[in-house]
Amino acid sequence: MSFDLAIVAESLPRLLEGLTLTLALIAMSLAGGALLAGPAAWLLMRPSPWLRGPARVYVWAFRGTPALVQLFVIYYGLAQFEWLRATAAWGVLREPFWCCVLAFSLNSGAYTAEILRGAIAGVPAEQAEAARALGLSPARIFRLVLWPQALRLALPPYGNEVVGMIKTSALASTVTLAEVTGVAETIAAETFAPYEVFLSAAIIYLALSSAAERAIAAIECRRAWPC
Amino acid sequence: MADVEYVNIAKKYGAVEVMRGLSLRIEHGEFAVLLGPSGCGKTTLLRMTAGLETITEGELRIGGARMNETHPRDRDIAMVFQNYALYPTMKVWENIGFSLEVKKLPKKDVRARVEEAAEMLNLTPYLDRYPRELSGGQRQRVAMGRAMVRDAKVFLFDEPLSNLDAKLRAQMRVEIRQLHDRLGATTVYVTHDQIEAMTMADKIVLMNAGRIEQIGSPDEVYDRPMSRYVADFIGTPGMNFIEGAFESGSGGLAFVAAGIRLPLPAGAPVAPRGGVVCGLRPADLKLDPAGGIHGALSLTEKTGADEHLHVSVQGRDLVAVAPRHALDRAARSVTLSIAPDKAHYFDAGDGARLF
Repeated sequence: MSFDLAIVAESLPRLLEGLTLTLALIAMSLAGGALLAGPAAWLLMRPSPWLRGPARVYVWAFRGTPALVQLFVIYYGLAQFEWLRATAAWGVLREPFWCCVLAFSLNSGAYTAEILRGAIAGVPAEQAEAARALGLSPARIFRLVLWPQALRLALPPYGNEVVGMIKTSALASTVTLAEVTGVAETIAAETFAPYEVFLSAAIIYLALSSAAERAIAAIECRRAWPC
Repeated sequence: MADVEYVNIAKKYGAVEVMRGLSLRIEHGEFAVLLGPSGCGKTTLLRMTAGLETITEGELRIGGARMNETHPRDRDIAMVFQNYALYPTMKVWENIGFSLEVKKLPKKDVRARVEEAAEMLNLTPYLDRYPRELSGGQRQRVAMGRAMVRDAKVFLFDEPLSNLDAKLRAQMRVEIRQLHDRLGATTVYVTHDQIEAMTMADKIVLMNAGRIEQIGSPDEVYDRPMSRYVADFIGTPGMNFIEGAFESGSGGLAFVAAGIRLPLPAGAPVAPRGGVVCGLRPADLKLDPAGGIHGALSLTEKTGADEHLHVSVQGRDLVAVAPRHALDRAARSVTLSIAPDKAHYFDAGDGARLF
């Protein structure tokens, strides 16, 4: 068995074309996840079981099942509902890209909600009490005292979530999207050199993950949050 | 005037009552120490004062005004927490000035007051540092500075020295007391350390299981503990306790226990009876060849300035404090005496002081 560097050199430019789609998927899924995570984390911390319950079920379901299964349920499953196909939403949900964004956002939202809940709970109670004694309203206590510290605590686990999402994005290839892994599958089928092609794809994912880790570390070490 | 008054305070967590019928008055400008073991209710009382805990029954008054339902910010109090509760994302000057910035004071005024507090607390070189870059003592000072700039009428301290090492604790005790004297505010200070209480307080409030055992000056609680509990809690080394009885003999009324006979002071308001506990402070026991307490020397602890002698009297261990080198190194037995008016007598049942 020989390792053909020429195939790697040939594959990389084509794989990089798929990178645009991969980056769009990652960015939109993380953004969607973050939008879902805020309210979900808030609900998780409510004393009322009526508020807390639905959020806990959501987090439990999406953390407890594989992202691939979630993607298939949304991509293949939603088409079964005639009433959905009759709505304007179907114009979006029939597209594999938007199905991926929805599935990955829901998945990321569940993990991020739990990260935020843990981070907020991780800020010592005395911090809020000291602020209360200083006369701050609950909203200002959250904004000025709890949130900056919770963010600091949430960053390392959220870094893991970002790296996880980079890797999860590869699942989009299973629903016909030509992102990095999808393009790699096509090239491998053409060249019969899966080793070189998928190794090239792995290098791209490694570079993305490393860049994400460095970015998170840089944010952690900003002067505002001394590390 | 910022006197603090607690009137029949009760506190319940669900069905569990942790405090009942507690009444106490702290005068304006007084340094009052709430002293007691973990779980005795002292921190709960402090938190109720701050408004961080609700009052189940009774009334809290600050400066004569009822405060039960008043928001913490409107109570004119400043609190220093056990773990300092400094904001790690803010520099020292931001931490100290935070409450002023929240009040929307002009930046210039905030900076001036922060610098004044920093000067007083020797924090000027550290104003641009983050809390993580400070030592324990410096963090403690920042927490005090944050309280100081508020110009509050009442200062509340919740075990502020418990995270510091012994040497720093001693230094900070002096600094906190000096700060109190300079500011003249009313101070309520919670601790479980009786040395802190004795060295800092104008008034000690000794608590036990949600009740007040005794209120008094450090001298009063040391010289005249009103219960065995107080006597046991105050003083280092701890008081020696001996069970015995009051008996009358040729020399008048005396406390008698195995191997010990202590004459009672003339006119002692007691009659012969059993069920008596005698309390002897180690510092009051003197080496005296003519004394009435004979025992075997089981251990000598050298503390530098003096020596703690562990003396076994008929199987009972007593501790006495003696000047260093007062005892021959080869000594195997000692004889001790105590002035009759230095002994404390308590009821063996309820622990109440007899005289």
